Amino acid sequence: MIDKYNWYEKLAIYAGMLVFLTFILAPFVEAFVVSLRPLDQVFRVPYRFITDDMSFSAYVTMWESVPRLGRYIFNSFFISCCVTLLALSCIIPAAYSFSRFSYKGRDGLLGTFLAINMVGSAVLIIPMYKLMLNLGLLNSYFAMVLPGAAFSVPTGIFLMRSYFLRIPKELEEAAHVDGASRIYTLWRVILPVALPGIMVVAITTFISAYAQQFLFALIFNSNSDLHPLPMGLYEFFGRQRIIWNELMAASLVGITPVLLVYIFLQRYIVAGLTAGAVKE
Amino acid sequence: MQRKIDYFPYLMLVPALALVMTIVAWPLIETFRLSFTNASMRRTVDYVGFKNYIEIFEDDFAEVIVRTFVWMFFGVTIKLVMGTLGAVLLNAAVPGRSLFRVLVMPPWIVPIAIGVFMWSWMYNGQFGMISGLGQRLGLLDGPFEFLAYGSSAFIATIVTDVWIGTPLVALYLLAAMQSIPKELYEAAWTDGASRFYRFRRVTLPLIAPSIATMALLSAIWTFNSFEIIWILTEGGPRGSTTTMIIDTYKTGLARFRYGEGAARAVMILVFLSAFAALYVALLVRLTRRNGAQS
Repeated sequence: MIDKYNWYEKLAIYAGMLVFLTFILAPFVEAFVVSLRPLDQVFRVPYRFITDDMSFSAYVTMWESVPRLGRYIFNSFFISCCVTLLALSCIIPAAYSFSRFSYKGRDGLLGTFLAINMVGSAVLIIPMYKLMLNLGLLNSYFAMVLPGAAFSVPTGIFLMRSYFLRIPKELEEAAHVDGASRIYTLWRVILPVALPGIMVVAITTFISAYAQQFLFALIFNSNSDLHPLPMGLYEFFGRQRIIWNELMAASLVGITPVLLVYIFLQRYIVAGLTAGAVKE
Repeated sequence: MQRKIDYFPYLMLVPALALVMTIVAWPLIETFRLSFTNASMRRTVDYVGFKNYIEIFEDDFAEVIVRTFVWMFFGVTIKLVMGTLGAVLLNAAVPGRSLFRVLVMPPWIVPIAIGVFMWSWMYNGQFGMISGLGQRLGLLDGPFEFLAYGSSAFIATIVTDVWIGTPLVALYLLAAMQSIPKELYEAAWTDGASRFYRFRRVTLPLIAPSIATMALLSAIWTFNSFEIIWILTEGGPRGSTTTMIIDTYKTGLARFRYGEGAARAVMILVFLSAFAALYVALLVRLTRRNGAQS
Protein backbone atom coordinates (compact mmCIF):
# COMPACT_ATOMS: atom_id res chain seq x y z
CA MET A 1 0.00 0.00 0.00
CA ILE A 2 0.94 3.60 -0.53
CA ASP A 3 1.30 4.45 3.13
CA LYS A 4 3.30 1.37 3.98
CA TYR A 5 6.90 2.03 4.96
CA ASN A 6 9.91 -0.28 4.72
CA TRP A 7 11.82 -0.96 7.89
CA TYR A 8 14.58 1.43 6.85
CA GLU A 9 12.10 4.14 5.98
CA LYS A 10 10.49 3.72 9.39
CA LEU A 11 13.92 3.85 10.99
CA ALA A 12 14.71 7.08 9.14
CA ILE A 13 11.39 8.65 10.17
CA TYR A 14 11.79 7.78 13.84
CA ALA A 15 15.45 8.84 13.81
CA GLY A 16 14.40 12.15 12.26
CA MET A 17 11.70 12.64 14.89
CA LEU A 18 14.20 11.87 17.62
CA VAL A 19 16.69 14.46 16.35
CA PHE A 20 13.94 17.02 15.94
CA LEU A 21 12.50 16.46 19.39
CA THR A 22 15.95 16.52 20.98
CA PHE A 23 16.47 20.03 19.64
CA ILE A 24 12.96 21.18 20.56
CA LEU A 25 12.84 19.68 24.04
CA ALA A 26 16.47 20.04 25.17
CA PRO A 27 15.96 23.46 26.84
CA PHE A 28 12.92 22.16 28.73
CA VAL A 29 14.75 19.05 29.88
CA GLU A 30 17.77 21.08 30.92
CA ALA A 31 15.55 23.57 32.76
CA PHE A 32 13.89 20.69 34.58
CA VAL A 33 17.21 19.10 35.53
CA VAL A 34 18.56 22.43 36.79
CA SER A 35 15.40 23.04 38.81
CA LEU A 36 15.98 19.75 40.64
CA ARG A 37 19.50 20.57 41.81
CA PRO A 38 20.50 22.36 44.99
CA LEU A 39 21.96 25.76 44.05
CA ASP A 40 25.55 24.93 45.02
CA GLN A 41 25.32 21.83 42.85
CA VAL A 42 23.95 23.77 39.88
CA PHE A 43 27.35 25.40 39.53
CA ARG A 44 29.34 22.23 39.30
CA VAL A 45 32.24 21.37 37.06
CA PRO A 46 32.49 19.03 35.22
CA TYR A 47 28.99 18.97 33.80
CA ARG A 48 26.79 16.08 34.90
CA PHE A 49 23.33 15.40 33.63
CA ILE A 50 22.01 13.32 36.52
CA THR A 51 23.27 13.52 40.05
CA ASP A 52 22.11 11.83 43.22
CA ASP A 53 21.25 14.95 45.23
CA MET A 54 18.29 16.00 43.15
CA SER A 55 15.13 17.16 44.90
CA PHE A 56 12.05 19.25 44.36
CA SER A 57 13.04 21.74 47.05
CA ALA A 58 13.40 24.63 44.56
CA TYR A 59 9.70 24.24 43.83
CA VAL A 60 9.01 24.98 47.48
CA THR A 61 11.53 27.75 48.07
CA MET A 62 10.71 29.62 44.85
CA TRP A 63 7.43 30.84 46.37
CA GLU A 64 9.52 32.77 48.91
CA SER A 65 12.12 34.07 46.44
CA VAL A 66 9.47 35.01 43.89
CA PRO A 67 6.61 35.95 46.18
CA ARG A 68 4.50 37.24 43.31
CA LEU A 69 4.81 34.17 41.09
CA GLY A 70 1.12 33.33 41.37
CA ARG A 71 0.29 36.94 40.63
CA TYR A 72 2.53 36.90 37.52
CA ILE A 73 0.82 33.79 36.20
CA PHE A 74 -2.56 35.36 36.84
CA ASN A 75 -1.48 38.64 35.18
CA SER A 76 -0.26 36.79 32.09
CA PHE A 77 -3.59 35.04 31.72
CA PHE A 78 -5.60 38.12 32.58
CA ILE A 79 -3.76 40.32 30.06
CA SER A 80 -4.05 37.69 27.32
CA CYS A 81 -7.77 37.21 28.00
CA CYS A 82 -8.40 40.96 27.85
CA VAL A 83 -6.36 41.22 24.65
CA THR A 84 -8.40 38.40 23.14
CA LEU A 85 -11.77 39.89 24.11
CA LEU A 86 -10.87 43.39 22.94
CA ALA A 87 -9.34 42.09 19.72
CA LEU A 88 -12.38 39.90 18.96
CA SER A 89 -14.78 42.79 19.45
CA CYS A 90 -12.80 44.69 16.81
CA ILE A 91 -12.10 41.74 14.52
CA ILE A 92 -15.57 40.25 14.15
CA PRO A 93 -17.47 43.33 12.89
CA ALA A 94 -14.55 44.44 10.71
CA ALA A 95 -14.11 41.02 9.14
CA TYR A 96 -17.86 40.80 8.57
CA SER A 97 -17.83 44.17 6.86
CA PHE A 98 -14.86 43.23 4.68
CA SER A 99 -16.30 39.88 3.66
CA ARG A 100 -19.96 40.73 3.08
CA PHE A 101 -20.21 44.22 1.65
CA SER A 102 -18.65 45.97 -1.27
CA TYR A 103 -18.12 49.65 -0.83
CA LYS A 104 -15.78 52.46 -1.70
CA GLY A 105 -12.34 52.18 -0.14
CA ARG A 106 -12.81 48.62 1.08
CA ASP A 107 -9.79 47.06 -0.63
CA GLY A 108 -7.62 50.03 0.30
CA LEU A 109 -8.55 49.66 3.96
CA LEU A 110 -7.97 45.93 3.88
CA GLY A 111 -4.57 46.57 2.31
CA THR A 112 -3.78 49.09 5.04
CA PHE A 113 -4.45 46.48 7.70
CA LEU A 114 -2.24 44.03 5.82
CA ALA A 115 0.58 46.57 5.66
CA ILE A 116 0.28 47.46 9.35
CA ASN A 117 0.61 43.78 10.09
CA MET A 118 4.21 43.94 8.87
CA VAL A 119 5.31 46.51 11.42
CA GLY A 120 6.72 44.98 14.56
CA SER A 121 5.92 46.52 17.90
CA ALA A 122 9.59 47.15 18.76
CA VAL A 123 9.95 49.65 15.89
CA LEU A 124 7.21 51.91 17.19
CA ILE A 125 8.02 51.64 20.85
CA ILE A 126 9.26 55.25 21.32
CA PRO A 127 6.12 57.06 20.12
CA MET A 128 3.97 54.35 21.70
CA TYR A 129 5.61 55.16 25.01
CA LYS A 130 4.79 58.84 24.50
CA LEU A 131 1.22 57.90 23.62
CA MET A 132 0.79 55.82 26.76
CA LEU A 133 2.32 58.63 28.79
CA ASN A 134 -0.05 61.21 27.33
CA LEU A 135 -3.08 58.99 27.82
CA GLY A 136 -1.98 58.41 31.40
CA LEU A 137 -1.99 54.66 30.91
CA LEU A 138 1.58 53.84 31.93
CA ASN A 139 1.83 51.30 34.74
CA SER A 140 -1.65 49.94 34.20
CA TYR A 141 -3.07 46.81 32.58
CA PHE A 142 -4.33 49.01 29.74
CA ALA A 143 -0.77 49.80 28.66
CA MET A 144 -0.22 46.12 28.00
CA VAL A 145 -3.67 45.16 26.75
CA LEU A 146 -4.25 47.93 24.18
CA PRO A 147 -1.03 47.45 22.16
CA GLY A 148 -1.34 43.67 22.41
CA ALA A 149 -4.83 43.84 20.92
CA ALA A 150 -3.96 46.46 18.30
CA PHE A 151 -1.13 44.35 16.90
CA SER A 152 -3.26 41.22 16.71
CA VAL A 153 -6.29 42.84 15.05
CA PRO A 154 -4.96 42.82 11.43
CA THR A 155 -4.09 39.11 11.39
CA GLY A 156 -7.34 38.31 13.11
CA ILE A 157 -9.32 40.22 10.48
CA PHE A 158 -7.72 38.20 7.70
CA LEU A 159 -8.34 34.91 9.41
CA MET A 160 -11.93 35.74 10.38
CA ARG A 161 -12.68 37.12 6.93
CA SER A 162 -11.67 33.84 5.31
CA TYR A 163 -14.22 32.09 7.58
CA PHE A 164 -17.01 34.51 6.80
CA LEU A 165 -16.35 34.14 3.08
CA ARG A 166 -17.08 30.43 3.37
CA ILE A 167 -20.52 30.99 4.88
CA PRO A 168 -23.14 30.97 2.10
CA LYS A 169 -24.81 34.30 1.40
CA GLU A 170 -28.23 32.65 1.20
CA LEU A 171 -28.24 32.49 4.99
CA GLU A 172 -28.40 36.26 5.30
CA GLU A 173 -30.75 36.65 2.40
CA ALA A 174 -33.20 34.30 4.08
CA ALA A 175 -32.94 36.29 7.33
CA HIS A 176 -33.39 39.50 5.39
CA VAL A 177 -36.54 38.21 3.73
CA ASP A 178 -37.86 37.35 7.17
CA GLY A 179 -37.38 41.00 8.10
CA ALA A 180 -34.45 40.60 10.49
CA SER A 181 -32.23 43.63 11.04
CA ARG A 182 -28.62 43.37 9.96
CA ILE A 183 -27.24 43.49 13.48
CA TYR A 184 -29.69 40.77 14.48
CA THR A 185 -28.66 38.72 11.45
CA LEU A 186 -24.98 38.98 12.35
CA TRP A 187 -25.63 38.20 16.00
CA ARG A 188 -28.18 35.41 15.69
CA VAL A 189 -27.56 33.89 12.26
CA ILE A 190 -23.94 34.39 11.24
CA LEU A 191 -22.07 34.23 14.55
CA PRO A 192 -23.44 30.82 15.61
CA VAL A 193 -22.44 29.39 12.24
CA ALA A 194 -19.01 31.04 12.42
CA LEU A 195 -18.37 29.86 15.97
CA PRO A 196 -15.63 27.34 15.08
CA GLY A 197 -13.84 30.10 13.17
CA ILE A 198 -14.22 32.49 16.09
CA MET A 199 -12.74 29.84 18.40
CA VAL A 200 -9.72 29.52 16.12
CA VAL A 201 -9.18 33.29 15.98
CA ALA A 202 -9.63 33.57 19.75
CA ILE A 203 -7.13 30.82 20.49
CA THR A 204 -4.45 32.02 18.08
CA THR A 205 -4.86 35.58 19.37
CA PHE A 206 -4.61 34.35 22.94
CA ILE A 207 -1.46 32.36 22.28
CA SER A 208 0.33 35.11 20.42
CA ALA A 209 -0.68 37.64 23.07
CA TYR A 210 0.59 35.28 25.73
CA ALA A 211 3.90 34.72 23.94
CA GLN A 212 4.61 38.38 23.28
CA GLN A 213 3.88 40.24 26.51
CA PHE A 214 7.49 40.94 27.35
CA LEU A 215 8.24 44.12 25.42
CA PHE A 216 5.12 46.07 26.38
CA ALA A 217 5.60 45.16 30.03
CA LEU A 218 9.28 46.07 29.88
CA ILE A 219 8.63 49.55 28.52
CA PHE A 220 5.14 50.53 29.72
CA ASN A 221 4.94 49.00 33.15
CA SER A 222 7.12 49.36 36.21
CA ASN A 223 4.55 48.22 38.74
CA SER A 224 5.67 44.75 39.82
CA ASP A 225 2.14 43.81 40.85
CA LEU A 226 0.98 44.06 37.25
CA HIS A 227 3.87 42.29 35.55
CA PRO A 228 3.08 39.32 33.35
CA LEU A 229 5.12 36.17 33.93
CA PRO A 230 8.03 36.79 31.50
CA MET A 231 8.66 40.29 32.84
CA GLY A 232 8.30 39.19 36.44
CA LEU A 233 10.92 36.52 35.92
CA TYR A 234 13.14 38.87 33.92
CA GLU A 235 13.61 41.09 36.98
CA PHE A 236 14.74 38.03 38.83
CA PHE A 237 16.99 37.16 35.92
CA GLY A 238 18.67 40.57 35.90
CA ARG A 239 20.01 40.27 39.45
CA GLN A 240 23.70 39.97 40.24
CA ARG A 241 23.42 36.47 41.51
CA ILE A 242 20.83 34.49 39.62
CA ILE A 243 19.15 31.72 41.59
CA TRP A 244 19.04 29.46 38.58
CA ASN A 245 17.33 26.45 40.06
CA GLU A 246 14.42 28.52 41.36
CA LEU A 247 14.23 30.60 38.20
CA MET A 248 13.92 27.44 36.12
CA ALA A 249 11.40 25.92 38.52
CA ALA A 250 9.33 29.12 38.38
CA SER A 251 9.53 29.20 34.58
CA LEU A 252 8.32 25.62 34.29
CA VAL A 253 5.48 26.10 36.76
CA GLY A 254 4.60 29.36 35.04
CA ILE A 255 4.25 27.84 31.59
CA THR A 256 2.32 24.76 32.70
CA PRO A 257 -1.13 26.40 32.48
CA VAL A 258 -0.64 27.57 28.89
CA LEU A 259 0.76 24.20 27.88
CA LEU A 260 -2.35 22.53 29.29
CA VAL A 261 -4.56 24.98 27.41
CA TYR A 262 -2.61 24.16 24.27
CA ILE A 263 -2.91 20.40 24.67
CA PHE A 264 -6.69 20.62 25.07
CA LEU A 265 -7.22 23.05 22.22
CA GLN A 266 -4.53 22.04 19.76
CA ARG A 267 -6.89 20.87 17.03
CA TYR A 268 -8.27 24.42 16.77
CA ILE A 269 -4.74 25.76 16.41
CA VAL A 270 -3.95 23.40 13.56
CA ALA A 271 -7.26 24.39 11.96
CA GLY A 272 -6.34 28.06 12.30
CA LEU A 273 -3.11 27.54 10.43
CA THR A 274 -4.83 25.55 7.71
CA ALA A 275 -7.08 28.52 7.07
CA GLY A 276 -4.09 30.30 5.66
CA ALA A 277 -3.43 33.18 7.98
CA VAL A 278 -0.76 32.89 10.61
CA LYS A 279 0.86 34.96 13.25
CA GLU A 280 4.10 34.34 15.03
CA MET B 1 -31.96 57.31 -9.31
CA GLN B 2 -29.43 58.20 -6.69
CA ARG B 3 -28.61 55.47 -4.19
CA LYS B 4 -28.23 56.34 -0.57
CA ILE B 5 -24.80 55.59 0.85
CA ASP B 6 -24.95 52.59 3.13
CA TYR B 7 -23.12 53.42 6.35
CA PHE B 8 -23.53 50.02 7.95
CA PRO B 9 -20.31 48.42 6.62
CA TYR B 10 -18.32 51.52 7.60
CA LEU B 11 -19.77 51.50 11.10
CA MET B 12 -18.66 47.90 11.53
CA LEU B 13 -15.08 49.00 10.88
CA VAL B 14 -15.07 51.67 13.57
CA PRO B 15 -13.79 49.65 16.56
CA ALA B 16 -10.93 48.07 14.61
CA LEU B 17 -9.97 51.34 12.95
CA ALA B 18 -10.11 53.30 16.19
CA LEU B 19 -7.83 50.85 17.98
CA VAL B 20 -5.33 50.33 15.18
CA MET B 21 -5.18 54.00 14.21
CA THR B 22 -4.50 55.10 17.78
CA ILE B 23 -2.01 52.45 18.79
CA VAL B 24 -0.23 51.74 15.50
CA ALA B 25 -0.91 54.37 12.85
CA TRP B 26 -0.44 57.45 15.01
CA PRO B 27 2.93 56.26 16.42
CA LEU B 28 3.90 55.42 12.87
CA ILE B 29 3.35 59.02 11.75
CA GLU B 30 4.91 60.34 14.96
CA THR B 31 8.04 58.30 14.21
CA PHE B 32 8.50 60.18 10.94
CA ARG B 33 8.03 63.54 12.68
CA LEU B 34 10.38 62.69 15.53
CA SER B 35 13.07 61.57 13.10
CA PHE B 36 13.50 65.19 12.00
CA THR B 37 13.90 66.49 15.54
CA ASN B 38 16.53 66.35 18.24
CA ALA B 39 14.03 65.07 20.81
CA SER B 40 15.67 63.68 23.92
CA MET B 41 15.32 63.99 27.69
CA ARG B 42 15.61 67.77 27.37
CA ARG B 43 12.47 69.85 27.38
CA THR B 44 13.09 71.74 24.18
CA VAL B 45 12.61 70.03 20.85
CA ASP B 46 13.88 71.54 17.62
CA TYR B 47 13.54 70.44 14.05
CA VAL B 48 16.95 69.59 12.68
CA GLY B 49 16.17 68.56 9.12
CA PHE B 50 18.02 65.52 7.86
CA LYS B 51 20.76 65.75 10.48
CA ASN B 52 19.75 62.49 12.18
CA TYR B 53 19.77 60.63 8.88
CA ILE B 54 23.18 61.97 7.92
CA GLU B 55 24.56 61.06 11.32
CA ILE B 56 23.26 57.50 11.09
CA PHE B 57 25.47 56.82 8.13
CA GLU B 58 28.47 58.37 9.78
CA ASP B 59 28.08 55.72 12.48
CA ASP B 60 28.57 52.06 11.67
CA PHE B 61 25.00 51.81 10.46
CA ALA B 62 25.86 50.15 7.14
CA GLU B 63 27.49 47.40 9.15
CA VAL B 64 24.34 47.04 11.25
CA ILE B 65 22.21 46.69 8.12
CA VAL B 66 24.48 44.01 6.67
CA ARG B 67 24.51 42.18 10.00
CA THR B 68 20.71 42.32 10.21
CA PHE B 69 20.36 40.76 6.79
CA VAL B 70 22.95 38.06 7.45
CA TRP B 71 21.19 37.23 10.72
CA MET B 72 17.84 37.16 8.99
CA PHE B 73 19.11 35.14 6.03
CA PHE B 74 20.52 32.32 8.16
CA GLY B 75 17.59 32.34 10.56
CA VAL B 76 14.96 32.16 7.83
CA THR B 77 16.81 29.64 5.65
CA ILE B 78 17.40 27.22 8.51
CA LYS B 79 13.81 27.61 9.72
CA LEU B 80 12.49 26.83 6.25
CA VAL B 81 14.71 23.78 5.73
CA MET B 82 14.01 22.41 9.20
CA GLY B 83 10.36 23.34 8.93
CA THR B 84 9.98 21.45 5.65
CA LEU B 85 11.75 18.39 7.03
CA GLY B 86 9.65 18.65 10.17
CA ALA B 87 6.45 18.85 8.13
CA VAL B 88 7.46 15.70 6.18
CA LEU B 89 8.01 13.89 9.48
CA LEU B 90 4.76 15.23 10.93
CA ASN B 91 2.96 14.05 7.83
CA ALA B 92 4.38 10.51 7.90
CA ALA B 93 1.67 7.98 8.72
CA VAL B 94 3.45 6.09 11.48
CA PRO B 95 2.34 5.21 15.02
CA GLY B 96 3.20 7.95 17.50
CA ARG B 97 2.61 10.73 15.02
CA SER B 98 0.02 12.56 17.11
CA LEU B 99 2.32 12.59 20.13
CA PHE B 100 5.09 13.97 17.93
CA ARG B 101 2.75 16.73 16.75
CA VAL B 102 1.99 17.75 20.31
CA LEU B 103 5.63 17.70 21.42
CA VAL B 104 6.92 19.83 18.55
CA MET B 105 4.91 22.96 19.37
CA PRO B 106 6.00 24.13 22.86
CA PRO B 107 8.66 26.63 21.67
CA TRP B 108 5.88 28.51 19.92
CA ILE B 109 3.43 28.25 22.81
CA VAL B 110 5.55 29.36 25.75
CA PRO B 111 6.30 33.06 26.15
CA ILE B 112 9.27 33.92 23.95
CA ALA B 113 11.14 35.50 26.84
CA ILE B 114 10.90 32.34 28.94
CA GLY B 115 12.22 30.16 26.14
CA VAL B 116 15.12 32.58 25.86
CA PHE B 117 15.83 32.39 29.62
CA MET B 118 16.22 28.64 29.20
CA TRP B 119 18.58 29.07 26.28
CA SER B 120 20.72 31.56 28.15
CA TRP B 121 21.38 28.82 30.69
CA MET B 122 22.11 26.32 27.91
CA TYR B 123 24.80 28.66 26.55
CA ASN B 124 26.48 29.13 29.93
CA GLY B 125 30.10 28.08 29.56
CA GLN B 126 30.83 26.73 33.03
CA PHE B 127 27.65 24.92 33.80
CA GLY B 128 25.49 24.86 30.67
CA MET B 129 24.43 21.74 28.82
CA ILE B 130 26.00 22.52 25.44
CA SER B 131 29.43 23.38 26.79
CA GLY B 132 29.21 20.47 29.21
CA LEU B 133 28.30 17.88 26.60
CA GLY B 134 30.83 19.38 24.19
CA GLN B 135 33.58 18.82 26.73
CA ARG B 136 32.44 15.30 27.52
CA LEU B 137 32.40 14.37 23.87
CA GLY B 138 35.81 15.95 23.40
CA LEU B 139 34.55 18.64 21.03
CA LEU B 140 35.62 21.44 23.38
CA ASP B 141 38.91 21.66 25.29
CA GLY B 142 37.40 23.49 28.23
CA PRO B 143 34.41 25.59 29.28
CA PHE B 144 33.21 27.74 26.42
CA GLU B 145 31.13 30.83 27.08
CA PHE B 146 29.00 30.97 23.93
CA LEU B 147 27.64 34.45 24.50
CA ALA B 148 31.01 36.05 25.28
CA TYR B 149 32.52 35.96 21.79
CA GLY B 150 31.17 37.80 18.77
CA SER B 151 30.81 34.95 16.31
CA SER B 152 29.56 32.31 18.74
CA ALA B 153 27.07 34.77 20.21
CA PHE B 154 25.84 35.55 16.70
CA ILE B 155 25.35 31.84 15.99
CA ALA B 156 23.75 31.27 19.40
CA THR B 157 21.11 33.95 18.81
CA ILE B 158 20.33 32.39 15.42
CA VAL B 159 19.95 28.94 16.98
CA THR B 160 17.50 30.28 19.55
CA ASP B 161 15.57 32.13 16.86
CA VAL B 162 15.38 28.91 14.82
CA TRP B 163 14.17 27.04 17.89
CA ILE B 164 11.33 29.50 18.41
CA GLY B 165 10.36 29.86 14.75
CA THR B 166 10.64 26.33 13.35
CA PRO B 167 7.50 24.77 14.93
CA LEU B 168 5.19 27.28 13.28
CA VAL B 169 6.84 26.85 9.87
CA ALA B 170 6.56 23.07 10.21
CA LEU B 171 2.91 23.19 11.20
CA TYR B 172 2.03 25.64 8.45
CA LEU B 173 3.73 23.51 5.80
CA LEU B 174 2.10 20.40 7.25
CA ALA B 175 -1.27 22.07 6.70
CA ALA B 176 -0.24 22.81 3.10
CA MET B 177 0.83 19.18 2.55
CA GLN B 178 -2.44 17.85 3.91
CA SER B 179 -4.43 19.93 1.46
CA ILE B 180 -2.82 18.09 -1.47
CA PRO B 181 -5.39 15.68 -2.97
CA LYS B 182 -4.54 12.05 -2.21
CA GLU B 183 -5.38 11.05 -5.80
CA LEU B 184 -2.21 12.75 -7.04
CA TYR B 185 -0.05 10.54 -4.85
CA GLU B 186 -2.02 7.45 -5.80
CA ALA B 187 -1.63 8.22 -9.48
CA ALA B 188 2.13 8.68 -9.09
CA TRP B 189 2.29 5.54 -6.97
CA THR B 190 0.48 3.47 -9.60
CA ASP B 191 3.01 4.69 -12.14
CA GLY B 192 5.71 3.23 -9.89
CA ALA B 193 7.15 6.52 -8.64
CA SER B 194 9.37 6.15 -5.58
CA ARG B 195 8.58 7.97 -2.37
CA PHE B 196 11.38 10.47 -2.92
CA TYR B 197 10.30 11.05 -6.51
CA ARG B 198 6.73 11.65 -5.33
CA PHE B 199 8.00 14.17 -2.79
CA ARG B 200 10.06 15.99 -5.38
CA ARG B 201 7.51 15.97 -8.18
CA VAL B 202 4.19 16.14 -6.32
CA THR B 203 4.67 17.53 -2.82
CA LEU B 204 7.33 20.17 -3.40
CA PRO B 205 5.75 21.91 -6.40
CA LEU B 206 2.36 21.97 -4.70
CA ILE B 207 3.60 23.40 -1.42
CA ALA B 208 5.97 25.85 -3.15
CA PRO B 209 3.49 28.75 -2.82
CA SER B 210 3.16 28.03 0.90
CA ILE B 211 6.93 27.88 1.27
CA ALA B 212 7.23 31.24 -0.50
CA THR B 213 4.54 32.80 1.69
CA MET B 214 6.14 31.42 4.82
CA ALA B 215 9.60 32.59 3.70
CA LEU B 216 8.38 36.16 3.42
CA LEU B 217 6.36 36.15 6.63
CA SER B 218 9.21 34.52 8.47
CA ALA B 219 11.63 37.10 7.06
CA ILE B 220 9.41 39.90 8.35
CA TRP B 221 9.07 38.34 11.80
CA THR B 222 12.78 37.64 12.02
CA PHE B 223 13.57 41.17 10.92
CA ASN B 224 11.32 42.53 13.68
CA SER B 225 12.68 40.18 16.32
CA PHE B 226 13.71 41.92 19.52
CA GLU B 227 13.39 39.77 22.64
CA ILE B 228 15.73 36.96 21.66
CA ILE B 229 18.81 39.09 21.12
CA TRP B 230 17.99 41.59 23.83
CA ILE B 231 17.66 38.98 26.57
CA LEU B 232 20.61 36.86 25.44
CA THR B 233 23.23 39.50 24.64
CA GLU B 234 21.68 43.01 24.61
CA GLY B 235 23.31 43.32 21.19
CA GLY B 236 26.82 42.53 22.44
CA PRO B 237 29.55 41.51 22.82
CA ARG B 238 30.87 44.76 21.34
CA GLY B 239 27.89 45.16 19.05
CA SER B 240 28.34 41.82 17.29
CA THR B 241 24.66 40.88 17.62
CA THR B 242 23.25 44.39 17.19
CA THR B 243 20.58 44.21 14.52
CA MET B 244 18.62 47.24 13.29
CA ILE B 245 15.87 46.70 15.85
CA ILE B 246 18.33 46.38 18.73
CA ASP B 247 20.26 49.42 17.47
CA THR B 248 17.07 51.48 17.35
CA TYR B 249 16.08 50.40 20.83
CA LYS B 250 19.52 51.12 22.25
CA THR B 251 19.67 54.58 20.69
CA GLY B 252 16.10 55.59 21.35
CA LEU B 253 15.25 54.09 24.71
CA ALA B 254 18.47 53.05 26.41
CA ARG B 255 20.29 56.30 25.56
CA PHE B 256 17.14 58.46 25.38
CA ARG B 257 17.97 59.92 21.96
CA TYR B 258 14.42 59.78 20.67
CA GLY B 259 15.11 61.72 17.49
CA GLU B 260 18.04 59.59 16.40
CA GLY B 261 16.17 56.45 17.39
CA ALA B 262 13.19 57.54 15.30
CA ALA B 263 15.43 58.09 12.26
CA ARG B 264 16.67 54.52 12.66
CA ALA B 265 13.09 53.30 13.01
CA VAL B 266 12.23 55.03 9.74
CA MET B 267 15.05 53.13 8.04
CA ILE B 268 13.51 49.90 9.37
CA LEU B 269 10.13 50.96 8.02
CA VAL B 270 11.69 51.53 4.60
CA PHE B 271 12.91 47.92 4.54
CA LEU B 272 9.62 46.66 5.92
CA SER B 273 7.64 48.39 3.19
CA ALA B 274 9.85 46.65 0.64
CA PHE B 275 8.93 43.33 2.27
CA ALA B 276 5.29 44.34 2.37
CA ALA B 277 5.36 45.16 -1.35
CA LEU B 278 6.91 41.77 -2.09
CA TYR B 279 4.31 40.05 0.05
CA VAL B 280 1.39 41.76 -1.63
CA ALA B 281 2.87 41.02 -5.09
CA LEU B 282 3.21 37.37 -4.09
CA LEU B 283 -0.37 37.20 -2.81
CA VAL B 284 -1.71 38.78 -5.99
CA ARG B 285 0.23 36.33 -8.13
CA LEU B 286 -0.90 33.32 -6.13
CA THR B 287 -4.53 34.42 -6.20
CA ARG B 288 -4.37 34.94 -9.94
CA ARG B 289 -2.78 31.56 -10.53
CA ASN B 290 -5.36 29.81 -8.41
CA GLY B 291 -8.06 31.65 -10.30
CA ALA B 292 -6.62 30.53 -13.63
CA GLN B 293 -6.55 26.91 -12.51
CA SER B 294 -10.14 26.66 -11.41
